[in-house]
Order: sequence, then C-alpha cells, then structure tokens
Amino acid sequence: MRYLPKSPADREAMLRAIGLRSVDELFAPIPAEYRLSHDLNVPRQMAESEIVGYFRQRSRENGEGYTSFLGAGAYSHYRPVIIDSLISRGEFLTAYTPYQAEISQGTLQSIFEFQTMICELTGMEVANASMYDGSTAAAEAVMMAVRLTGRRSVVVARSLHPEYREVLATYATHQGMPLSVAGFGDDGRLNLAELEKSITPETACVLIQSPNFFGTIEDVAAIAEIAHKHGAMLVVSIAEAVSLGIVEPPRQADVIAMEAQSFGVPLGFGGPYCGVIATREKYVRQMPGRLVGQTVDKQGRRGFVLTLATREQHIRREKATSNICTNQALMGLMVNIFMTVYGKVGLKELAKQNLAKTAYAAAQFAKRGKVLFSGAPRFNEFVAETSEDPHAINSRLLGHKMVGGLPLKKFYPELGNAALWCCTELTTRSAIDTAVGLVAVTIGPVRSAKEEAGLEEVAR
Amino acid sequence: MAYPTDRKYTKEHEWIQPSGTTATVGITDHAQESLGDIVFVELPKVGAELVAGKTFGTVESVKAVSDLYAPASGTVTEINGDLATSPEKVNKDPHGSWMMKIALKNMGELDGLLSAVDYEKFVAEEVGH
Amino acid sequence: MKHETRKARLQVNQNEGLIFEKSSSGKAAWKLPPLDVPEVDAAALLGSAERKDLGNMPEVSEIEIIRHFTRLSTWNYAIDLGMYPLGSCTMKYNPRVNEAVARVEGIANGHPYQPEKISQGALHILKTLSECLIEITGMDAITLQPAAGAHGEMTGLLMVRAYHQSKGNARKKILIPDSAHGTNPATAAMVNYAVENLKSDSRGMVDIAALESQMSEDVAALMLTNPNTLGVFEQQIHKIADILHAKGGLLYMDGANMNALVGKVRPGDFGVDVMHLNLHKTFSTPHGGGGPGSGPVAIKKILEPFVPTPVVVTKSDGTLGFDYHRPQSVGRVRAFYGNFGMFVRALAYIQANGPDGLRQTTEDAVLNANYIRKGLEGTYDLPYSTPTMHEVVFSDKLQAKKGVRTMDIAKRLIDYGFHPYTTAFPLIVPGALMIEPTESESKEEMDLFIEAMKSIAEEVEEDPQTVLDAPHSTRVSRLDETAAARKPVLRWKPAV
Repeated sequence: MRYLPKSPADREAMLRAIGLRSVDELFAPIPAEYRLSHDLNVPRQMAESEIVGYFRQRSRENGEGYTSFLGAGAYSHYRPVIIDSLISRGEFLTAYTPYQAEISQGTLQSIFEFQTMICELTGMEVANASMYDGSTAAAEAVMMAVRLTGRRSVVVARSLHPEYREVLATYATHQGMPLSVAGFGDDGRLNLAELEKSITPETACVLIQSPNFFGTIEDVAAIAEIAHKHGAMLVVSIAEAVSLGIVEPPRQADVIAMEAQSFGVPLGFGGPYCGVIATREKYVRQMPGRLVGQTVDKQGRRGFVLTLATREQHIRREKATSNICTNQALMGLMVNIFMTVYGKVGLKELAKQNLAKTAYAAAQFAKRGKVLFSGAPRFNEFVAETSEDPHAINSRLLGHKMVGGLPLKKFYPELGNAALWCCTELTTRSAIDTAVGLVAVTIGPVRSAKEEAGLEEVAR
Repeated sequence: MAYPTDRKYTKEHEWIQPSGTTATVGITDHAQESLGDIVFVELPKVGAELVAGKTFGTVESVKAVSDLYAPASGTVTEINGDLATSPEKVNKDPHGSWMMKIALKNMGELDGLLSAVDYEKFVAEEVGH
Repeated sequence: MKHETRKARLQVNQNEGLIFEKSSSGKAAWKLPPLDVPEVDAAALLGSAERKDLGNMPEVSEIEIIRHFTRLSTWNYAIDLGMYPLGSCTMKYNPRVNEAVARVEGIANGHPYQPEKISQGALHILKTLSECLIEITGMDAITLQPAAGAHGEMTGLLMVRAYHQSKGNARKKILIPDSAHGTNPATAAMVNYAVENLKSDSRGMVDIAALESQMSEDVAALMLTNPNTLGVFEQQIHKIADILHAKGGLLYMDGANMNALVGKVRPGDFGVDVMHLNLHKTFSTPHGGGGPGSGPVAIKKILEPFVPTPVVVTKSDGTLGFDYHRPQSVGRVRAFYGNFGMFVRALAYIQANGPDGLRQTTEDAVLNANYIRKGLEGTYDLPYSTPTMHEVVFSDKLQAKKGVRTMDIAKRLIDYGFHPYTTAFPLIVPGALMIEPTESESKEEMDLFIEAMKSIAEEVEEDPQTVLDAPHSTRVSRLDETAAARKPVLRWKPAV
C-alpha cells in the first residue's frame, strides 16, 4: 500500500529484532473470538485517478456551476487564492496543536494575530483561537454567561438562526437551563416589549444575532440596556462576518459568538467552519477554547505560548470551562489570511459591495413580491414574500442552474410564502435580473398586524 | 524548616492563625513549593459561609489546579485583594501572604488540627514516600 | 551532542514580526471588480448602524503576506518533515489526494441548504462514508454530525442519557478509568452526569473486581478507551461488557486508539454499544495546527432512535435525502451536517487503502510501536510489562535520579530533529513518555528516533545540564509560561 514506507525486508528485520516470527503474534492480546479472519467489506483499493474520478462525479451531482442566492448562516464570498497556497504548506497543514511552543511558533504567532484582528473587528478585548462553528460558539457563550452570573435561564431571540437555537436547546437540556423565546416585530427585529417581559431575576443572558437570520440589524444598544438593567448579560451571535466591514459591531455585548466562515472558509456543504468567542478581559478565565499569549524566552526574545490552560479539559477535567480539545485551527488560519488580504480598507469596500448588491436585488424583488422587514436596516440578506410557493419558484430557477432563496415556512410557518435571499460581492446584476424575472408577478396578500400576531402565537 | 508556632495546620497544607473569634488562612511553604509558580488564586466572596474540610477556592500553577480546603467553619470577612494582581506573593512569603479572614463558627474545631511540630513531622513523612 | 545527530542540522531561518508591524496606510493586497449595480450610501441605508472605523486592521501588500506566512511556516515542525511520536494522536501521513478532491468545485462550494435534487453528490458521500465506518466498527448506525472527538463524546453521552430516560431512569453517573483522556470527564459533566473514577489494576487494565463493586443501576455507562492510553488491549473486554449489560448499563468506547484495531477486530463485536471515531487521527485528515477534526459516533440499534437530526435516507424514488422527522432524537449538536470536508478526506483515505490496505496499516502501526518498545527497553523504564499495541508508555524513573524529567527529555529531543512524544500523560504513570509512531514511519526514521532517545539517555548520565536547558537549537528557548499566565497578553496593541 503506497502510504506505507516499509518493504517486506524491513518488516522481516523488525520482527527479528523484536523476536517474533509473524505480525499475527502482535495481535495475540486480542481474544481469538473477536479477531477478524477476513478483511473488511469496504470498497476495493482504488488508484488515485479512480479516487479523483469518483469525487469529480460526485461534484457533477452536487450543483457544480450553479449560481446561488443562499445565505442563512453559510455565505459565498470570493476566496483569495493565496489562502490555499499558504495553508497547503505542509508546515501548517500537517502540524500538530502547538503544545510544544519552541517548534510551533509559526502556528502560535498566526493565532495571536487572529485573536488580535477578531478583537479589532468585534470591539471586544480578548478572542479565543476558535470554536467548532457559530452554533456551538453561541451555546458555549451562553454557558459562559450562566457560569459568570450564577443564574440559569436564558432568553433567546426568535430572529436567531433556527438551527443555532436547536443546538442551544440540546446543550441546555441537561444543564437545567430553561430557555424562553422572544419574538420579532414587523421590522424583523427582536420585539423589545416582549424581551422586557421575558427577563426574570433568573435570566443569565439574552442571546441575539445581528445581522439576524433575516439579514436585519438588531437595535443592540436598546437590547443591551434592557438586559443589563436586569443584571443579565448580552450574548451576540454574528453569522455573517463580512458585515463587520460596514456594520458597527455589538460593542455593548458582554460576549460575542461568531461564525467566521465568510472570511475565506469554503462553503463545503456545511463544514468545517470557524466559530470564535470574543469577550471582555475580565471574563477571560471563564472563556472556553485555546488562548495564545505573548511572553519571552530565557534570552528575553518575544515568543508565543498556549496559556491559561487551567481552564481546559486536559487539566481541569470535569470542572473545565468546556470539553473542547481539537478546534478549527486551520480554518482560523484561512480567516487570518483573508482578514490580512482585505485589511482595514478592503473589508469596508467588500462589505459595501455586499450592501449594494443586496439593496439592488431587494429593490427589484419589491416589484415582483413583498420585501418584508423594511422598517430596519439590513446587510446582505432580505426576506421576500410571493404569492407563489417559493419551492415552485426555486424549481423554475433550478432549470436555469440557479438556486433561489431559502423558503422559510419550515422555520417560520407564519411567514407563509417567504424566502430568504442573499447577495454577495460575487452575485452579478444579470443573475439578479434573471432570478427576479423568473419570479411570479403577483404581490403577496397584506395581513393586519393582529393577524400577524395571531399567527406568531400559533407558530410558537 | 521550622513552621511558625502561632498557628495550626491541616493535612491539606493550609495554615490558620486565630485571633480572638476570627482567624486568618493561607497555605504553607510546603504547599507553595509543590505547586511551583502560582499564577492565580481563586477566593470566595466576602460573606460566603464555609464548612470545615470543604473546598473554598483554588490555586493554579501553569499546569495544574489544586483545591483549597477550609481549615475551619465560618463566614468570610475579608479576602486579600493583593493576590489578584500578585499571586507570586504566595510563593515568596507563604506564611506572610494571607488569603482570607474568617469569623469562626466553632473555636473547638481548631483543636483537631496539627501543631507546627506535628505538621513538620507530617510533611517529612509525606516527602519521604 | 554525544553523537552528531543524523536527522537534523541548524540553518539560517528567517525572522518575521507581527503583521501589524508591517502595516502602513496605502498598502493593499486586494482588488474588487467594479460594481455592476448602483453605488449605495451606507450612511443612508444603515443610519447609526454604520461602522466608520476599522481600527488597527492591517494594510499590507500580497508579497508581504506570502513572505509573512511562509516564514512563519518554517518555524513549525510538521508530519511532512518527520515523525511525531505523540501518543494517542495518531500523527499519520495526510494524503494529498484528500486535499485535491475536497477542492473539486461542486464539493467545495456546495451550500448546505441547496435543494436535495442537486445535493446527491454530497448525500452519496455521507451515505458511503457512513456505511464504511459502520463496517469498520462493527456497529449498526452512525451520526457524522459531531465536529471533533470531544463533541462526539458529548453526542454519545446525550444518546446514552436519552436511552436510559426512555427506560424510565436516566441514572446518575459515568465510570471513567483513571487512565482516561481529560475530555472524558469534562464531557460527562457537560451532560450532567457525575464522574466516578475507576482504578486500573497492576497491569494497567480495568480492575474487574473494582468494576463489579462499582457497577450499579445508578451507572449509565463506562467510558473506555481500548486499547487504553497505555496501548494495552483490554483482554477482559467481554467480562467488562457483561458486567455493564447485566445491570442495564452501556459500554462507551473512546475510539482515539482505533489505529490499533481497524481491519483486525471490531468494537461492535466485543460488546461496545456506542463509540466515537476521530477522523483526524485514524482516518488521516490533517491536524492543521489544532483542527479541524471530526468525531462521528457509531451506535448499536438500541440507540438509533436518539441519533441527532437529520439522518440520510433513501427515498421511494431511489434518490437520497435528509429525514428530519425523528421524534426521539437528542436534537442537533451543531448547525448543518458536520465537518463535511473531513468526510471527503476520510472517504478518500478508505478508498486509497481498500480492505487490505486498512489491515496492513494497522499491522504496521502495531509493528512500529513494538519495534520502538524493543529498541528503548532497558534505556527507559517500562512501568507495565503487558503487551502493547500501537503505542507504548515509558517513564522517566531512571533519568529522574539525575534530576531530569520527561519534559526535559522531550525538549532535548527537539534538538535531534524530532517533535516530542506526549509528556506526563496518562496520569497513572508518573513522568510518562507516551510514544505512538503510526504506520507512516519508515524503519529508517524509527532507527533515528531510537538512536536519538538513546543518545539523550547517555547525556542524562554524563551531562544532564544540556538536557535540562534544552532545546538549544530552536528560534526561541523555553518560554516563560508563568508570566504568560500571571499577566496574560492575548493580543497585539499599537504603541501609545
């Protein structure tokens, strides 16, 4: 087998050195009744050309060459080619976790730069070296707030990504953390009156997303005020990192749980992505995940090490801040390079292009359907409601090798024929015009505010 | 080394120095030496109720965390804020760097603790193993 | 050095500061195409939500970025450079075809929410990998959703809890051997189970009598690593499973050491009810400086109803799809479907090996570890004489007499051109040296390793200070970790 660097002669020599006659003797510790007498029933060994052929075929069956208008927590942005050139270097790709600092300074310094830039972009004071993704980062950030406040319940915005809410529910189930959901208003934002009513003296934190699942930017300052006056923390999830180029970060948050996938991580059918937690310095000891710190060696030279490891599982075991060990380091490096390539000016221009494309698309859609939540600012996603079922619209689009917006009925039944559309700097005007042209011409039915409220009640 | 006789000691290597109905608590020289460089001390809040033998906080070195056990029951009246910024003081002067002061619930509990001489013997035996 | 090391030699190595130290206004590495839609006034659209300032984000050119990261990369050790003897990490070769196939367009750019009609490629990969892993483990079903081993442990324990709850008693505790990896107890706590320690016997295996006395109807499961962290196969595994099952408990296996078992024995056959795999260990996906990983959880039929949502199913028309209607599911453990990019790589690895390759890989992994054990026996103390599989644990007992500990020996090994082995773990061996070569090491590389370790042992006798002050050949010498923890500096700040 071509990955195994031993000749039959090598194996013979080694067996002799050990004093054995055959390799079977090495497996004697396994009780005979369990030892397999034949090889596994997996596909036969394939040549490299066959493996490539197999995946090329899978690629053709996976929407290769389609134009997509999907967002909803996973975004299609241009990936500068130097990202893959650099992360493919064996010294990054095949390196281990930097526990032995003297021979891992490359990994450690790049993580230190990553932590710095995440702080700059989010307005927080410390950031960790990555979490699995935005959804688990949000769940872990909530658990952090629970530990810090000593309170147990959580108020969650319904405008937070539905799958993030599902993940939080799974994590919360056995931690005795009651969750309550606060709805959104006609502007697509968290309903502040409902929020006020949902907070109790037992509320550890309020969890929101901004820009939220609908692409709408929440009134973070107002939400923070309400949360803080009740002694609760504010945790803000950010799913579209590119928004940070033009949208003010939630500086009033106590903890930010981000998904950095937009910064140079491929869509890859849902993973691997790159979660991050950022917070204030005073909370650092309750923060999960690895942290890189700056220090000096015996000669006074600057160097970097993993630090505050006593928070982590390998030392604290059952009292650790989290069980996380392996993180998303290589994705963090992609994000690092992306942030470095665009930098201070480029990130703003990139975000502005996203804003412009989406504003244009929303305006065109408004001619063929109803664009919801126009009472509040949005970034690069919007919700369009049509008289025709979005699934039917999307079928039509598929025939033109286009993937339409995400139908929202399964997550928000009261929104009826609404779909979530996303435009990035990669979306062309002609694609937008074609998509809009394929959408039915009728305007959606207008509901009274009372009817809308009634539907929301039922949906919960 | 000769341990100060003005206080009592526990088998978990804490010392407790009574003064009337209150007492000051810290960790011994043997403790700080086995822990190595101390980087963080986690102490209870003022007003916390402690039970003899139960943990009241932790002390961290780079690679390990150790629990701190209350030598006696009582209420925390004061904690040493210095240790938050300078945990190394515990390494430099373990018997002078106090961690917390407590209002004792039951003076009798101190009788069950080790004297300086007994503690020294206890440490010598432990080290010998 | 006692002998000039044959593996490595010093060379001039480039310096490089922080990227912020190279930044200056007006430099750029980006260019966007012209806008084909009307410009927008951000202030008008966003109002008070408009961001005016991106603070100290850097501005540098493309070549500076290439040099920056290239130079940084040369400061790292990597599998591509040589052996990592790290125990239980399985630092094997990361095949490059894996990287190539993960980048094919439809695979790399597939959106998780794209319609099933154009996701048949991804679904086929999910199904095929699942079938292969089920066959390899001898289990009945699998979830690919967890993002790493620890995440898989959490998912597995959530299913254990759901199972017990469905039987009317969630139970209270998990038994964990004292030789276990730290993620095991940390995970049990996250699922709100109390952790009860299980002692190992004099041979480093589960103490059967202790297990018998500690097993009760309050115990939900035993979390076992097999082979254990000493590299020893639990020969009484049948008895262990029986003791648990007799009182309604489940056997959880931490699959970190699967590299000793693939193609030779299947955990499902020896009584395991639930286990996680580490695709970034056994199945060759790259470590990338700390991740990503992937921690699929394989289960027996009794746990299938509780698997995370959604599951891949074959629909009546023969196409593949996702089934979200799973009323007893523990829910989701993450958004979307898992670290899909790792599934692609793991499947490519299985395809490159085939049934015979997978078996030969395991045989070589165990042969390699035993070769190193033989080579270093006598030079380093071997605390357990039990036969070892794919990894071996020595201790620093002999060297400690000269005041030299496992960490010092590990640091000196760096000067010989190797990455250190795992130090100070498992906890049941004081001063442990945990070594796992994997099948990817040639006889030549291992002979160099054995030679280096022997040379260091000689240095300990003749010149211990050299070992205590090691490493001597790296860009930085031992770093002040105490200062880093006392006064953490976790980001760069511009000079005031």
